[in-house]
Amino acid sequence: MKIRYFSGHTREFNVVDEEIPYPEGRLIVSRTTTRGIITHANSAFVEMSGYEAHELIGADHSLLRHPDMPKEAFRDLWSTVLAGRKWQGFVKNLRKDGRFYWVLATVIPNIRKGQIQGFTSVRRKPSRRKINEIIPVYEQMRFDEERSI
Amino acid sequence: MSCYTFSISPDYLPSDLTGWFIFNTWLQKITDTRFHLELHDSFEQQRYDLDDDKIDLIYANPFDAAKLVREKGFKPLVKPQNRQDEVVVLVRAESLYQCVEDLSTKPIIISADDPDVLMMGFMLLEPADVVKDDEITMIRKSHVQVAKDLLNKEGDIAFMLKSSFDELSDLIKWQMRVLVESRIDLITHVLMASPRLEPLHDSIRNSVLALASSPKGPSVMEFMPMKQWQNVEEEEAEFMIDLMDAIMS
Repeated sequence: MKIRYFSGHTREFNVVDEEIPYPEGRLIVSRTTTRGIITHANSAFVEMSGYEAHELIGADHSLLRHPDMPKEAFRDLWSTVLAGRKWQGFVKNLRKDGRFYWVLATVIPNIRKGQIQGFTSVRRKPSRRKINEIIPVYEQMRFDEERSI
Repeated sequence: MSCYTFSISPDYLPSDLTGWFIFNTWLQKITDTRFHLELHDSFEQQRYDLDDDKIDLIYANPFDAAKLVREKGFKPLVKPQNRQDEVVVLVRAESLYQCVEDLSTKPIIISADDPDVLMMGFMLLEPADVVKDDEITMIRKSHVQVAKDLLNKEGDIAFMLKSSFDELSDLIKWQMRVLVESRIDLITHVLMASPRLEPLHDSIRNSVLALASSPKGPSVMEFMPMKQWQNVEEEEAEFMIDLMDAIMS
């Protein structure tokens, strides 16, 4: 499957329709530069993403972007955090092996001496009911995005 | 000589008190500064003193640490080595609940009045759509009382600091079951100092860091909840505060 990103670049990926359950009690934590380049990944992130730590550090965070996610969700994320505000939403993440996992993601700007130095993303186990509610919303958003191309 | 106030997070275990008194005596000698160790019965009482700027040195839980840095200009100095704050959600052993998703959206929760525990406990219940609500939360004075009241069927589940749960007797632990346990690994208590204590920040930090390898180290640390201290870099403290911000949302 060809995945096309907001920036315009594309990559081929074997997407598998199989969900990996979110590990109980864990927080997936990563930090990025203001351009979305990963600078820190905790062990839960490494385990759930299926990548090695050295493959994640220095990579673009969009590496995790699942094709079922509407582009508008990430546009909203970036405009919110670049304005210095906190963003929260449900995200379907793509693993290295093509399978996926759902998270409730919170992204906060790292503000030091009044300047945004980067972003911290904290993901936790989401409510299944809320995931079931958001799936058709994201499908509709993607449908609208594809029609407008 | 002026006397400063040293306070510790009210979630301390009674068995740790001797250690804190010995530590305070040592700290006064090594820094040639008077510290009065003030013990608060509750987080609420401690918060009043923090609001009135009556506390100069504090072993703070992560929730308060974040607020003290942002709102009061406190400086994190050191943290305990290999001692992260984790929370367990407990049920009675015979409970029908096998996982968080089995819970109703309004279970009766028993917890100590500990902001960290409440914050992380409710985060662990999010998959069951349980939201923080005073109506379903019964606050108790201590973690031991929380355990007793859960066994007395005064609530459906209980939140407890994992370190406090581990300290319970086997007889009590066997009557309970861990429904879910946090494995965050990144959040710890922090020893931090007020801006008023700024001239002593480096002296306190360096003395405490050198304690483990000093001749006095083993006797001072013998009854403390941690075996060793480690430095807290400014960015590390900021990172923990960002994490707390994220979890609180």
